Amino acid sequence: MKKIIIREEYCMGCRLCEVHCLVQHSKTKNIIKAYKGEYPKPIPRIIVEEKGYVSFALQCRHCEDGPCLEACITGAMYRDKKTGAILLNEDKCIGCWMCIMVCPFGVISRNGEGKKIASKCDLCMGEKVPICVKNCPNEAIVYEEKK
Amino acid sequence: MAKRPLPTEFIIERDEEKCIACQACVRMCSNDVHSYDPETDTVSSDSAKCVGCHFCETLCPTGALVIRRNPSEFKLNANWNAEVIKNITRQAETGGMLLTGMGCDKPYPIYWDYILLNASQVTNPSIDPLREPMELRTYIGRKPDKIEIQITNSKSQISNYKLQTSIPPQLKLETPILFSAMSYGSISLNACKSLAKAAREVGTFYNTGEGGLHRELYKYSANTIVQVASGRFGVHREYLEAAAAIEIKIGQGAKPGIGGHLPGEKVSEEISQTRMIPVGTDALSPAPHHDIYSIEDLRQLIFALKEATRYKKPVGVKISAVHNVAPIASGIVRAGADFVAIDGLRGGTGAAPTVVRDNVGIPTELAIAVVDQRLREEGIRNQASLIAAGGIRSSSDVIKAIALGADAVYIGTASLVAMGCSLCQRCYTGKCNWGIATQDPYLTKRLNPDIGTRRLVNLLRAWSLEIKEMLGGMGINAIESLRGNREQLRGVGLSDTDLKLLGIKPAGEAW
Amino acid sequence: MNYVIIGNSASGIAAIEAIREYDGKNKITVISDEPYSNYSRPLISYFLGKKVSLESVSFQEEDFYKDNKVDLILNNKATKLDLKKKYVILADGRKISFDKLLITTGGAPIVPEIKGRNFNGVFSFTTLSDAQKIEKYIKTNKVKKAVVLGGGLIGLKATEALIELKIKVTIVELADRILSATFDKKASGIIEAALEKIGCKSITNNTIAEIKGKNSKVKEVILKDKKKIPTELVIVAIGVKPNIELVKNRAINTNKGILVDNFMQTNIKDIYAAGDCCEAKDSLLNTNRPIAIWPVAKRQGKIAGYNMAGWKKEYQGSFAMNSVELCGIPTISVGESCPEKEGYQVLEYFAPEKSIYKKIVIKNKRIIGVIFVGDIERAGIYTSLIKDKVDTSDFKENLLKEDFGLISLPKEYRKHLVTGEVAIL
Repeated sequence: MKKIIIREEYCMGCRLCEVHCLVQHSKTKNIIKAYKGEYPKPIPRIIVEEKGYVSFALQCRHCEDGPCLEACITGAMYRDKKTGAILLNEDKCIGCWMCIMVCPFGVISRNGEGKKIASKCDLCMGEKVPICVKNCPNEAIVYEEKK
Repeated sequence: MAKRPLPTEFIIERDEEKCIACQACVRMCSNDVHSYDPETDTVSSDSAKCVGCHFCETLCPTGALVIRRNPSEFKLNANWNAEVIKNITRQAETGGMLLTGMGCDKPYPIYWDYILLNASQVTNPSIDPLREPMELRTYIGRKPDKIEIQITNSKSQISNYKLQTSIPPQLKLETPILFSAMSYGSISLNACKSLAKAAREVGTFYNTGEGGLHRELYKYSANTIVQVASGRFGVHREYLEAAAAIEIKIGQGAKPGIGGHLPGEKVSEEISQTRMIPVGTDALSPAPHHDIYSIEDLRQLIFALKEATRYKKPVGVKISAVHNVAPIASGIVRAGADFVAIDGLRGGTGAAPTVVRDNVGIPTELAIAVVDQRLREEGIRNQASLIAAGGIRSSSDVIKAIALGADAVYIGTASLVAMGCSLCQRCYTGKCNWGIATQDPYLTKRLNPDIGTRRLVNLLRAWSLEIKEMLGGMGINAIESLRGNREQLRGVGLSDTDLKLLGIKPAGEAW
Repeated sequence: MNYVIIGNSASGIAAIEAIREYDGKNKITVISDEPYSNYSRPLISYFLGKKVSLESVSFQEEDFYKDNKVDLILNNKATKLDLKKKYVILADGRKISFDKLLITTGGAPIVPEIKGRNFNGVFSFTTLSDAQKIEKYIKTNKVKKAVVLGGGLIGLKATEALIELKIKVTIVELADRILSATFDKKASGIIEAALEKIGCKSITNNTIAEIKGKNSKVKEVILKDKKKIPTELVIVAIGVKPNIELVKNRAINTNKGILVDNFMQTNIKDIYAAGDCCEAKDSLLNTNRPIAIWPVAKRQGKIAGYNMAGWKKEYQGSFAMNSVELCGIPTISVGESCPEKEGYQVLEYFAPEKSIYKKIVIKNKRIIGVIFVGDIERAGIYTSLIKDKVDTSDFKENLLKEDFGLISLPKEYRKHLVTGEVAIL
């Protein structure tokens, strides 16, 4: 399956991936309305880690053997058969945070809009290329078939 | 008044309706121009620090930023203009030489813009480059005075013709454009990698400049021209053996007559290893080579290098275009150089005193024309290839340079612009936001060599296509038929002297 | 080839999926003593508290059994095993023969011998039918106050559900603090304070000595120290133990639970066990013990399924881990969070006024346990450090920093995590 590959040697730490992820998952999908109009603002599902001059963007790795799938007690976390991505069914999630407890990358968060559900990368279902990859100015994250 | 603040060059306009305070500009500006106030959740800008590199403007996700020249104006004065006033103020403040980067930006005449090309009409019809083969391949190196061919039998098959003369070593270029010398130190390793990879992909060459050859670039050695400059930085056995050709740097268009300078702040561990100098020391190249004080000394160095590389590689010389460039070039060719690179007034640099960059040297166009003419008159034009450098901005400049007499051109500034440079001329600070003219690891990450290579290859490909179009339009199908072909050029708006020096007719005049 | 699975919860479902990855043909029979198709046991408190409907409680879709060609026998308890002739005998007398058997009977609630426990209104809280019975009782009797015996996870979740139904709750806990198995005093303190705020009292170092009733319905409880608490409902939630009734006194080795090797097989060939009923490898304590947690049960069921289908897969072991939100405060505890022995180091950040507590227990330079209360951001990274037994000497100071992340870890480990595949718990 196609996965997002991280190349930390090219990440500038501009965090534009976070901006566009937030917009993509907002109600209006318009950057100015999402930042200035929507309240509460959604949170991005991608996290940029930075220390000194090293930085990289991290999101759900859609692991082949994802511990979150086993930890989920409602079956809200499931694997999409077509794309192979791990998705969250927001209607089924009850916010027990077991997934947050087991994710080795720490890329699952509690939803920032006040709903008691988890929040994580969904590979921008419906888009040809995930929005973070599309908007990275330096190709520090790329969308490729994993070898 | 003791302290007069240095004038602000640029004003940053931020459209508050569009600014979403994402802080990308705050994080990315190496000059700390933008800052975020968490109390008001707004971003503000200190325009005084802005150098006009446009990195923030390019990144801004909503296009909220516009960089404008500071509209604060002095009383109109054709003699004592704003720049003169600012420079004097700066020098009164600092007491030092004013440094700058990139090439001369003064409004001297740009001869490229006064030269026009020919096209075929009725007789000698045009050639369509999309249907007919168009040869851009160029060979740089000494060509023999004559060749001897032995014909083994009378049947006219190519295998029956054997070349008897041995040809001196040549560099094979798929297009008559090479990447100019930019040292590792003045530019980042990622920039060097982009140039090297692009040279390999296109089938041309790049030049190490006087910075030595970094370990990671050895794999591109088949496309590398190494430079032996006055400081001899990084010149050792492996360096010479790795090269495809060697270039002795006597001068550089941006700063003729003076040596090179890499400030100690830019000498990191890697630079230190590559240049073979201690970390943190200024890398000063002396003005002359201290072992070249006459043309005989130059001949000695050329042949020393040829001996060291067993006559397998072309050894050439790079000079600045100065007043006596014609006789100097002639002497260099007679000294045994396989190619002569002539770097004109508009040539770029990482750091040079502004007065030298803007006032010393002559334009490339004139230099190439007079050198080519002189070498032809002396009957030695075939003994060395000519490479024109210094302010080649487009494929039309390339065509005109070749028609004036060059075999090929070096592009420096154009390659940097392809990689993102916006000519803010602050290369000497080492804070290049585009990751090009810096060694700061935080900044060099921004130049992804994959992207840099792609853009350079695109540039050369685009220019090559345009050259083919223009050649086809002239009814020529091989670039070598254009070399020195002054008949294809006409001058417009030039004086008689200019026309005479360039060796071209005025527009309107037929054969 | 007949696969038979006793039990229809986490382990059972995981085993079915695992078997079907390799063997799409042979018959699978599932035996359950409950009347429901399948449901997520941890959800029963959400059901009681009306956060989740009866339909949403189910874990897999209706078609799961049909799509996976599983013969599902509901409402029929497995009562006996014939190991020689290899069949399971059901309560209604039917005999189901097996080639490979998986026992996932789960856990049974511990019911203490308290006088008066047979009054109406005294319930355990481990199954969906328990939850439904409690729901009905509350409705019928307009229950307004309740006592929950046991301040562990089940008791606390039940308490939360009752508070949602506007019932005043008193928790009675034997240890000196609630959630004593996973939390230390500081962490429990934060939760106890939060419970007090919403009118729920916690009584520690105590237990119920006698339950008193009137008209066969419970009306008050008397504690060990003679204190009396009037109540209309009692929920007994002092823990679960592995349900090994089926295999007791047979050739199958048991301790507290059914003993299994690293391939989830019991001492009898072709008989496997997984989930809350078994005792499998605890990779942290390096011993075998029952770990009754949903993800562990799923993993064990999966491994058992693979091995049953013929693909030898070794179980890497698990360790205790729990995530639960109480009174709006998220909490996570992993591993040995309250060690008793000596020889370990504790890093902590304690801000009770913000209801935040972060504790990291380190032994031999490796993290062996964590507690997070209030701030559970990126907790999984710590879980992974515990599992992989990573030497933390180089980045110990950064463990509690706000910007702690993969970037604080050694580059080689981070690259392995990001480019290599993640090993499972």
